Amino acid sequence: MVYKLDQRITPLSRIFLVLIFFILYAPIFFLVFYSFNSGGTMYNFKSFTLDWYRELFQDSRLLIIVLNTLVIALVSSLFATIIGTLGALGIHSIRKRQTKNTLLSLNNVLIVSPDVIIGASFLILFTMAGIKLGMYSVLLSHIAFSIPIVVLMVLPKLSEMSPTLIDAARDLGASQWNVLTKVVLPFITPGIFAGFFMALTYSLDDFAVTFFVTGNGFTTLSVEIYSLARRGISLNVNALSALLFLFTLVLVVVYYFISQRNRPGRWGVKK
Amino acid sequence: MNNKVTRNLYLFPYALWIVLFVVAPLLLVLYYSFFDIEGHFSLVNYKTFFTPVYLKMTLSSFWYAFLITVISLIIAYPTAYLLTKTIHKQLWLLLIIVPSWINLLLKAYAFLGIFGTKGIANSFLEAVGIGAKQILFTDFSFVFVSVYIFIPFMILPIFNALNELNPTLLDAANDLGASKWITFRRVIFPLTIDGVKAGCQVVFIPALSLFMLTRLIAGNRVITLGTAIEQQFLVTQDWGMGSTIAVFLILIMFLIISLTGNRKRGV
Amino acid sequence: MSSLLRFFLGIILVSAVFFYTLSELNSSQGYSGKNTLTIYNWGDYIDTDLIKRFEKETGIKVIYETFDSNEAMLTKIEQGGTTYDIAVPSEYMIDKMRKEHLLIPLDHSKLPNLKNIDPRFMDLPFDENNKYSVPYFWGTVGIVYNPKMLNGKKINSWNDLWDPDLRNKILLVDGAREIMGMGLNSLGYSLNDTNHAHLQEAKRKLDTLTPNIKAIVGDEIRLLLQNEEASIGIVWSGVASEIMSENEDLEYVVPVEGSNLWFDNMVIPKTAKNKEAALKFMNFMLDPKVAAQNAEYVNYSTPNKKALAYMPKETVNDERFYPSPKLTEKLEVYENLGKKNLAYYNELFLEFKMHRK
Repeated sequence: MVYKLDQRITPLSRIFLVLIFFILYAPIFFLVFYSFNSGGTMYNFKSFTLDWYRELFQDSRLLIIVLNTLVIALVSSLFATIIGTLGALGIHSIRKRQTKNTLLSLNNVLIVSPDVIIGASFLILFTMAGIKLGMYSVLLSHIAFSIPIVVLMVLPKLSEMSPTLIDAARDLGASQWNVLTKVVLPFITPGIFAGFFMALTYSLDDFAVTFFVTGNGFTTLSVEIYSLARRGISLNVNALSALLFLFTLVLVVVYYFISQRNRPGRWGVKK
Repeated sequence: MNNKVTRNLYLFPYALWIVLFVVAPLLLVLYYSFFDIEGHFSLVNYKTFFTPVYLKMTLSSFWYAFLITVISLIIAYPTAYLLTKTIHKQLWLLLIIVPSWINLLLKAYAFLGIFGTKGIANSFLEAVGIGAKQILFTDFSFVFVSVYIFIPFMILPIFNALNELNPTLLDAANDLGASKWITFRRVIFPLTIDGVKAGCQVVFIPALSLFMLTRLIAGNRVITLGTAIEQQFLVTQDWGMGSTIAVFLILIMFLIISLTGNRKRGV
Repeated sequence: MSSLLRFFLGIILVSAVFFYTLSELNSSQGYSGKNTLTIYNWGDYIDTDLIKRFEKETGIKVIYETFDSNEAMLTKIEQGGTTYDIAVPSEYMIDKMRKEHLLIPLDHSKLPNLKNIDPRFMDLPFDENNKYSVPYFWGTVGIVYNPKMLNGKKINSWNDLWDPDLRNKILLVDGAREIMGMGLNSLGYSLNDTNHAHLQEAKRKLDTLTPNIKAIVGDEIRLLLQNEEASIGIVWSGVASEIMSENEDLEYVVPVEGSNLWFDNMVIPKTAKNKEAALKFMNFMLDPKVAAQNAEYVNYSTPNKKALAYMPKETVNDERFYPSPKLTEKLEVYENLGKKNLAYYNELFLEFKMHRK
């Protein structure tokens, strides 16, 4: 199953891929580079310093904010992935095109609505329902706005699945549950992973919704960063981003190779 | 019959979500859109929407969203295709997503530095002999950074679709003497169309309501519906007008969904 | 399926570890206790050492939350659902909040340090007798420019900006009141003018400025000007003083036609739970030495007259940031014009933004 790289990729395509990765990472390298600037701003590199990192480790408030952000992102993506996948399965099983499109449109409402509107309307909902603003209201909102992206990532996989596959499994006497866990879920796993990671992206990036529904001392990183803008973002935010970035990178690579060892040749996918 | 019961079981949490977090806010927005700035019931917001200012804004939002989607697709498709050919393809795919986990505002600030008059991009242009140009606050920088932000959302579904492609199908096409282009047009592309559609939806729809980049990267030279909503809600505090624009945005989205609708193969 | 399960179990495990660390951290910091004070302020708008000192002196634990615009803050306080014991809105917002009964009157007997404030910043129209608010920082709106990049050209007035030599050199801040105000001032009208004909005239005049405008930006204007991305910027004095501490070539001027005088004051919102602590904190911040330390950290102008004695002479005597009463006389404070007029300002501003070169 492992392809030989050289046979498949021409030098020209390799340059193309390198270029894409270069552009994707350029702004991040820029941020990391200036996190070592003693000058205190994101231009005019004066001299190398680790002060910003030192400052970072003494700031327990910032550490709490980072942990808040990570917990919210991971937990909300998890819930959103589960609910979203179930939703996609449900939508897929609907035969009537009209109903299907209506559901799909409703699904996409949160993707098209600007964050301010989502934030403001969630705020009104939570206060009407008497939910105390804080960690749980933020968590609920993040789950809510991440669900549609999961559905959109899982649905194409479901529609690629040939119905004969399920029929065959059923003919062989597989129960509903078995069909789901042994046939359907393995097939759509790449879509589910895609959904999870996109949900993570939504959650980590969100500022406006979180801003409105948070309270009682609970803050996430992006709310903190945006509110710093009025007086200029200090370079310890750069240092923080650099560390988080490095941490994620290591995590992703380690995770990949562990799963690789357990399942040679593939990353969580059948075949 | 059994089938129906399970389906309802799947749908229950999802349906609950739709009712609480989609239908309820939707009704709220619709309700607000019928109130003028002083809180009186009126249709004045809808009338305002059909003035040249807002119509022009709608058109320009469409134009930019279209540009962003098309360019994303043109870049994302070959990227996804080449990624499926690499050895550690899942790892590379993850590495495409990782940059999007860094805060957007920080990345925008980085782009301000990169595209600035004295930035890296201009030093490069000078070294190449083209000479410094104004890059920031142009349509180019706006579209570039928007594509940058949306590209993982486009690559992911296309990658998944391409990855499922049965290699024997391609071999078969090859054996039958189809050229590479014919194979792509007749075999590969049609089989990945669902992924392409999903990608276009997750790019085009949010691109209509982009707001922060219009200010940060385009210096308010580009005004989209998202910018206007933002302003109505947060500056003017005219939630009625803001909601009205949102209502139109959602209507446009409904229209797009039903146009690109799901005509299933083989069902 | 199993890989999916394993992955999700891993996520649950990691989140649990994070969550545990978080609750440990929170309780070790005392955030879960009863005696807390929640402050709602702009990001990085206070010297955090002062918060620590206040905590040590009083035993009250401070929770510091931040917002990024007056309007966003208002929405949060209006809706309730969370407690803020102190907020720091700008003057027009104080007027609005006061009229919407979102503020609690201050008990002046608990604020003996209020006497340290310069009388010229007390008893202003947006809050008569300082019934609801205590001055925190103040400043002006003006033009920051780089004479070096303009070949030594001097700028003194709003109308200087219409000079054809300044093509593509100006950055404007994205604020309807500020920019429309600049148009109004340049025509000799008041910043608080609500006459539609005057406003339209101002908008038409602004349209003719478009060739000179490079961009209309938000808070990032600071970074752009520091970085010499443009040679002229319309900014708040606080932003100007910050940029100028980084880039000494820059100059700041309050235009001769007049401009805006602004205030950020501390208030106690209706949602407050710990009024006693809020008053204690206000009084603490009004202490001359504390105010001086804060002003030096934040770099904005302090209204605390006694504090000036503890600050460097060159800061306090800098007429650009501590203009004398004579200079501030012709400056105007924004009045709360009401929703309808504000909407009209914003509508014109939006049209101006859409006006292409």
